[in-house]
Order: sequence, then C-alpha cells, then structure tokens
Amino acid sequence: MKRRTLLASAALSLALASGAAFAQGDTPKVAFVYVGPVNDGGWSQHHHEAAMKMKEHFGDAIEVIEQESVPEGADAERVLTQMALSGADLIFTTSFGYMDPTINVAAKFPDVKFEHATGYKTAPNVSVYSARFYEGRAVTGYLAGAMTKTNKIGYIGSFPIPEVIRGINSTFIHARKANPDVELSVVWISTWFDPAKEADATQALLDQGADVVLAHTDSTAPLAVLQKAGAYGFGQAADMYEYAPEPRLSSIIDEWSPYYIERVQALIDGTWESTSTWAGIGDGMVGIGEFTGPIPEEALAAATKMKDDIASGAYHPFTGPLNKQDGSAWLAEGEVADDGTLAGMDFYVEGLTTEIPN
Amino acid sequence: MDPVLLVASIMVSATPILLAALGEMVVEKAGVLNLGVEGMMITGAVMGFAVAVGSGSPLLGFAGAALAGAVLSLSFGLLTQYLLSNQVATGLGLTLVGLGLSALIGSSFEGLRAPSLPKLDLPLLGDLPVLGPMLFRHDIMVYVSLALVGAVWAFLKFTRAGLILRAVGENHDSAHALGYRVVHVRLAAIAFGGACAGLGGAYVSLVRVPQWTEGMTAGAGWIALAIVVFASWRAFGVLLGAYLFGGVSVLQLNLQAAGTTVPVELLSMSPYLITIIVLVIISARGVHGAPGSLGRPFHAAA
Repeated sequence: MKRRTLLASAALSLALASGAAFAQGDTPKVAFVYVGPVNDGGWSQHHHEAAMKMKEHFGDAIEVIEQESVPEGADAERVLTQMALSGADLIFTTSFGYMDPTINVAAKFPDVKFEHATGYKTAPNVSVYSARFYEGRAVTGYLAGAMTKTNKIGYIGSFPIPEVIRGINSTFIHARKANPDVELSVVWISTWFDPAKEADATQALLDQGADVVLAHTDSTAPLAVLQKAGAYGFGQAADMYEYAPEPRLSSIIDEWSPYYIERVQALIDGTWESTSTWAGIGDGMVGIGEFTGPIPEEALAAATKMKDDIASGAYHPFTGPLNKQDGSAWLAEGEVADDGTLAGMDFYVEGLTTEIPN
Repeated sequence: MDPVLLVASIMVSATPILLAALGEMVVEKAGVLNLGVEGMMITGAVMGFAVAVGSGSPLLGFAGAALAGAVLSLSFGLLTQYLLSNQVATGLGLTLVGLGLSALIGSSFEGLRAPSLPKLDLPLLGDLPVLGPMLFRHDIMVYVSLALVGAVWAFLKFTRAGLILRAVGENHDSAHALGYRVVHVRLAAIAFGGACAGLGGAYVSLVRVPQWTEGMTAGAGWIALAIVVFASWRAFGVLLGAYLFGGVSVLQLNLQAAGTTVPVELLSMSPYLITIIVLVIISARGVHGAPGSLGRPFHAAA
C-alpha cells in the first residue's frame, strides 16, 4: 500500500515536472532541512525562524515543510529524495554536510530547485548561499583579544572545513590586533551539536588557562559553562541574549529571512536561477549583536569602528601583510584576500601553533 | 597540562555514564536487557531540570529525575515482564519514546537557567594539597555515584537479596522453582536501573552543561550500555569503564587545548578500541560474565 502511494506520488511529480513552470493556481512548496533540532538555541533554530518569517511574508501563497535533526550523509539523501518526490519545488539544505547529498538528489530531480547553505558546489538547479561570518569573527575576535587577562583565548571548532578555518584565522588576526601577546587554542569536537561535548571542550580550554572562549558549534552549552566559571564568550548564529550581559559580550547573528524571501519570490515569479550568494555585514546577512558586559571604552570604540568599516567596505578582515602558518608570504602590504582563496581556505595564518586535522 | 584539573573534570564528565551504567548493570544482573537507557537518561535530564527550575532546589531536581526514570522504566517492565514483549524491541522503543517525550516536556524550558548544585568543600580533606582540589571539591552527586558503586557491589556480593537477584538473572526457572518471585525481583531491578539513568541524565542537564537542550544526552546511554559489557557485569568494572570512557574524551579535548600534536581521531577512538580489546581478552579467557538468563523472557507456566 505504502509503496503504491510512493509510486503514485513519484508519477505525479514526474507529471508536474514535465509541465514547464508553475501551473496557475498551484501553491509552491518550499522545504527546509535542518541538521539539529529547531530549538537548539543557535544555528538550526535561526534557520527555522527565518523560514517562519518568510512563510509569514507570503502567507497562504506558499506551503512550507520542514524536517529537523537530519544527520549529514546517507540519511540526508533519503530525506531530500522524499521531499522532492512529495512535490517540493524549492528545497533549502541548511548545513555544510548536505553538500554532496544535495548535488546528488538535484541531479535526479532537474525540475526541483535547491539552495545549499555554506557549500561551494553548484548546478543548474542548485544555488549556494552563505554569510561572510568571518567579518563577524573579526569583531568578536578583537573583543576576545581585548578582554583576555591570561592572554589565552579558546576556540571550539566543529569540523576543519574552510568556513570554520576562516573564522579561526579571522578571530586570531583581530585578537592579535587588540593584544599582540594573545595565544589561541583550538579544540575540534567533530560535531555541530552535542551540548555535553561542547561543555567539556569549554571546560578543557578553561583548564588550560583560557578566559575567553569562542564557539563555532550550535548550542548555548559553552556559554552556560563560561557563566559558571566567570569567563567570557559570544553568541554564535543566534544572539543568545539570555546570557547577556555576561558571559556573552556580543554575538554573530545570521539573518537569513531577507534572502529566503527574495529567493522564494524569484521562485514564484519564475525568475529563479542558480546563483552563488556570499553576503556579509554590509548586506545585512551577518548581524553583530549588542555589545554587553564590562568591555573597556577604548575596545568598544575600536570594535564599533571595525564593524562599521567592514560594513562600508573600507576594511577587509583579510588585509595584508599576512603570512601563512609556515611563514610563507600570503598577502602583501595592503593586499586583500580574494574570494576564491577564502572559499577554499585550508591553512592557518602565521602565529597559530597547532595543526589543522585532516 | 595540570593533572589536578584534568582528574577533576574527568570525574565530572564520567559521572552521568557511571550512574546510568551502574543501573543498567543491576538490570542485566537480574536477567533483563533494557536498551532504553538513552531514553530514560534524557527523560531524567528534562524532568530534573524542570523540577529544579520549578522548586529552586537542584536536589529535588535529582529526586524528580530518579522518579521519572523509574516510572518510565516500569512501563518497559510492564510490557516485557507481564505482557512478555520482546526486550530488545521494547527497549529501543523506550529510547524513542524518551527522546520524543523529553522534547515535548522540554520545549518550555529552553533558554532557562537551573539553580546550580553547590560544590562541597569538605573540611580537612578539601584542604589537602594536591588531592583536595582533585578529589574532594566536587558536588554531592559525584560522591553519591561513587557510594552507589560500593553499595551495589556489597549488595550483590554479601546480601541475601543480592543473591536472589543474581539467581533470577542466572537461571530464572530454577529461581522460580525455589519459590522466588522472578517478575517482582526483575521489576525492582528495572526501576532501580531507570532511577539511576534518570540521575545520570539530570547530572548532564543540571551540572555538566547546565541547561536544557533537546537531545542533549547525545548517545551517552549507548556508551553506558557498552560499559556494562566492558565491565563484564561487575560494579567496580563499571566504575573503571566509566572513568576510562569519560577520561579519554576529556583527555583528548585537553590535549588539543594544550596544543599537542597527537591526532585527535586516534584519541577519540581509543575507548572503543579498548572495549574491543577487553572483549577479546574476556572471551579468550572463556569467562563471559553475562548472566545466564539475560534477555530471555520468563513465563511462570512454562
């Protein structure tokens, strides 16, 4: 019985696909896939909220379906196939690890459109979109450098992908601008979402003498531990304002809803085409949360100026002179990193002492 | 790297799996295989958090978590002991129920803060130079878990009730023929296991993290199940296993934070590797230690 329904819906979607664009009176179906639960307090929750804002904007003109806590890998492919079969017209896959599944499923359903977050592989029916989080990392990194008293800051990394490595480099470069003696310790935990592990990693960094810890994972667990220890941290992906004024000093907020509204509008208008979007503070895709806690006046002014300069384009977080970790030259005085290098970044800048795991 | 801080954080990180594994060991000693540890842990985590937030007392939170874990496990007991359902399938179902139920209950507790459990500063012992901060400045639940290991060991080894429990687990037909109430003994063991798993879960949400996030136990229940096998169903083996698993995971984070170049992957897989090696050694010696009636359904009329 079940198989018959599946076949029926497959046949139906094939029939739909053979018709060129939207038939009149047909409600577009927009789907979202999340890597964590939609109430993780961070990354997935923020995508979900942006999706809900988008739904509110369009009202009954579209239909939204969501699937949360989908593991990256084979499961993702199954979920995406199921969504495409059930008639989704546009599918947002909101985690880096969905990259290959998205490309694979997109090849099987050329008339379904896909939008993959933070990846770099595109296809005629696959767009990629990401935010220049490293711009936000510059600001939080500067604050971390200004606030540390032990000259040691910690960083919790998920996976050694370009996105995370960019964030580490940007954090470190700007922490050094605030305090030339800063050392940065990185702990990789091989997951986006595991509150207990994130908490343990935070504790490990504190035990090693760090007094400011930045996280590139999805839950608020690091802030909960930092609060107990009296150290400082930042909101990641979401504002995490429930931990203000301390330990949360500021935050990097993802603003996805304008992009979602724009893309769904393009779908409705029939103007959707494959694009690569990489937007930052200036475009409003990266938000910097309110500065809170005991940040000294001077650092506050410098961080605010940095944020404004990045937004206006006057300052690029990767401006030379910068060397790679092995001492070889990367950017000359005044030279700015190109997007290609940034998108595939697989090296640390000079001054970082550990190695990137494979 | 400071060994004092390292040992201290190993104790914190090992406590949840120690509690859960200890409970599961008693359940399995009674001949019941309950694979629902993860579900009972996460239920304990959310109920403990909810009660602690509601009452302002973390200790009441732990009591609530133990109660919630026990109640949930008794639903498993009812199904497997009276209705004779398959233990493996029912246990897996229990995990799924626990995960869903906790997400439902917990949705209104996102982003809240729980009252923290104060660290005991034991007089004299806490002032010892190295051992003080290492061993004697933890919260009470760390010591409760350690005391529980001793209590379970003594119970199983020296008491008549412990002997009956083991007899039920080794051969339920013989125990029944001797006049022991197999189902009652097993239900008590299941409830104890549930309460311990609940305590372990609450330790994650009230002390280790401390907050409620959906799915926050993230597989700790499965590790607890592995530890029971690793320990070959002995109380002090469970203690060793829990501290080994907790220790290696904390150690690899600390080594990274200290900037050593040991491959992370190697450290992350080492507890599992050790488990496999231990299992090989155990079976090579020919002593499995598994209770004879483990996982087998019991029906008195048979």
